[in-house]
Amino acid sequence: MQYALLIYYKPGTNEALGADEAEAVHREYTELKDTPGIIGGAALHPVETATTVRLRGDQLLVTDGPFADTKEIFAGFYLLEADDLDRATEIAARIPAVRLGGSVEIRPVVTDQD
Amino acid sequence: MGREDRSAALIEQVFRDEWGRVLASLIGYFGDWDLAEDAAAEAFAIAAQRWPSDGVPDHPAAWLITTARRRAIDRLRRDRVLAAKLRLIAAAEPPAGEARSENTAEDTVETSPIPDERLELVFMCCHPALAVEAQVALTLRAVGGLSTEEIARAFLVSPETMKRRLTRAKSKIKVAGIPFGVPSGPRLPERLGAILAVVYLIFNEGYGDPDRPGLAAEAIRLGRVLAGLLPAQPEVLGLLALMLLHDSRRETRFAGNEHGQDLVLLPDQDRSRWDWRQIAEGRALLDRALGQAAHPASRTGPYVIQAAIASLQAQEQLDWPQISVLYGKLAELTGSPVVRLNRAVAVAEADGPAAALAIVDQLDLPDYQYWHSTRAELLRRLGRRDEARAAFRRALDLARTAPERRFLERRIAES
Repeated sequence: MQYALLIYYKPGTNEALGADEAEAVHREYTELKDTPGIIGGAALHPVETATTVRLRGDQLLVTDGPFADTKEIFAGFYLLEADDLDRATEIAARIPAVRLGGSVEIRPVVTDQD
Repeated sequence: MGREDRSAALIEQVFRDEWGRVLASLIGYFGDWDLAEDAAAEAFAIAAQRWPSDGVPDHPAAWLITTARRRAIDRLRRDRVLAAKLRLIAAAEPPAGEARSENTAEDTVETSPIPDERLELVFMCCHPALAVEAQVALTLRAVGGLSTEEIARAFLVSPETMKRRLTRAKSKIKVAGIPFGVPSGPRLPERLGAILAVVYLIFNEGYGDPDRPGLAAEAIRLGRVLAGLLPAQPEVLGLLALMLLHDSRRETRFAGNEHGQDLVLLPDQDRSRWDWRQIAEGRALLDRALGQAAHPASRTGPYVIQAAIASLQAQEQLDWPQISVLYGKLAELTGSPVVRLNRAVAVAEADGPAAALAIVDQLDLPDYQYWHSTRAELLRRLGRRDEARAAFRRALDLARTAPERRFLERRIAES
């Protein structure tokens, strides 16, 4: 099975970290990338750089910023190959966002077998 | 009862008892819930046809599992042939040759023992990635062998709603990859806790409502299955003991009158109508659980403590100081304000209403009916009648069932 581990942050979490801690967290994310099963992923630029596309009526609306004012910001994701949800949960729990007050959403990925 | 009725009843009983085992084995074998469920249903239908004349086989579960496996394999083959034919049309490629033939004689039954995989199934049904209501419905369907219609009736929803709930849950299991297996190590206690919570929730749905006693019996049956599968887990035994002890009083908890069913409180219940055999069984289980919990590596869990309280409540002379000590332990363990409220009720009996009211007034449960009704009762005993009446009214505003409303209305009229 393939899972996307979608990483959400509370705004300002990174800014609140000290320089050493920020570096440690960054290292953790890099190490996670080398964890067996992790086959891809990306960190995203801050939410201020986001552009949202949607339809209002039949008109395409392109706006600055994220889709909605949410408390948590989508910050990046890993693509994980794992046997089952329990294994995916174990990896997800190791993502620093979890202990920094954010969250990780686990979503099964549509593959050719679906 | 005629011979045919007896055999029909026996078959019905076997179906109830074996459904979980058969389904578990098939899900373990095929890794696909829908295929397993269809095949199990087919095998049970064949049994319903044959067993009345042929008799129930010596190992009904093995017979059903073997029959269902063969049916499912046949179906898979047909599907594969169909899929191969479709591929052939689409890409003009030859079908993958599946030459292995299998002895399909229905009556040769697997002779090696088939492992019991119900525990794997329960852990799958009660996986925390499923909503609690889905966990409840899946457990009753898969392990309890209830039909979708029976579960719908028990939870007062339409069969269509329950069917959708089950379909969604099964789809999540498949798509999200919820595993069929027993978690190991540090995850086990937490996951076991989720299972016990589901069983206890089913019990309380039935116990709290005189019109749905079937659910309490069903929860006890599930509790027995779990106690058989996990005989060394004190909390599993504790939960079964707790349910048996509470349920032993079911005949005396409500009294019928012209308005319907009225609540009868513990001190007013007719002890001679309690089920004393069930109380003895509950107490024996509690002793076993306490023996295991005394092991230095484990500590006494919330179900064992609640069972100990329920056991004390079945004594003729209630030992309120001891009951309040146990509620204190339970409150420490769970941090639950509702448990603290229960402790206050015991303290009221042991040390008087003033000490109890001091505990109750420290709790902040403005939306909880029993907080208001307990406060009201204590205020009444302290002679603070106006405050008592006001608190009974608040409780009445929050009361959900007719017996409780009538009880509170009587109290308001009396105070």
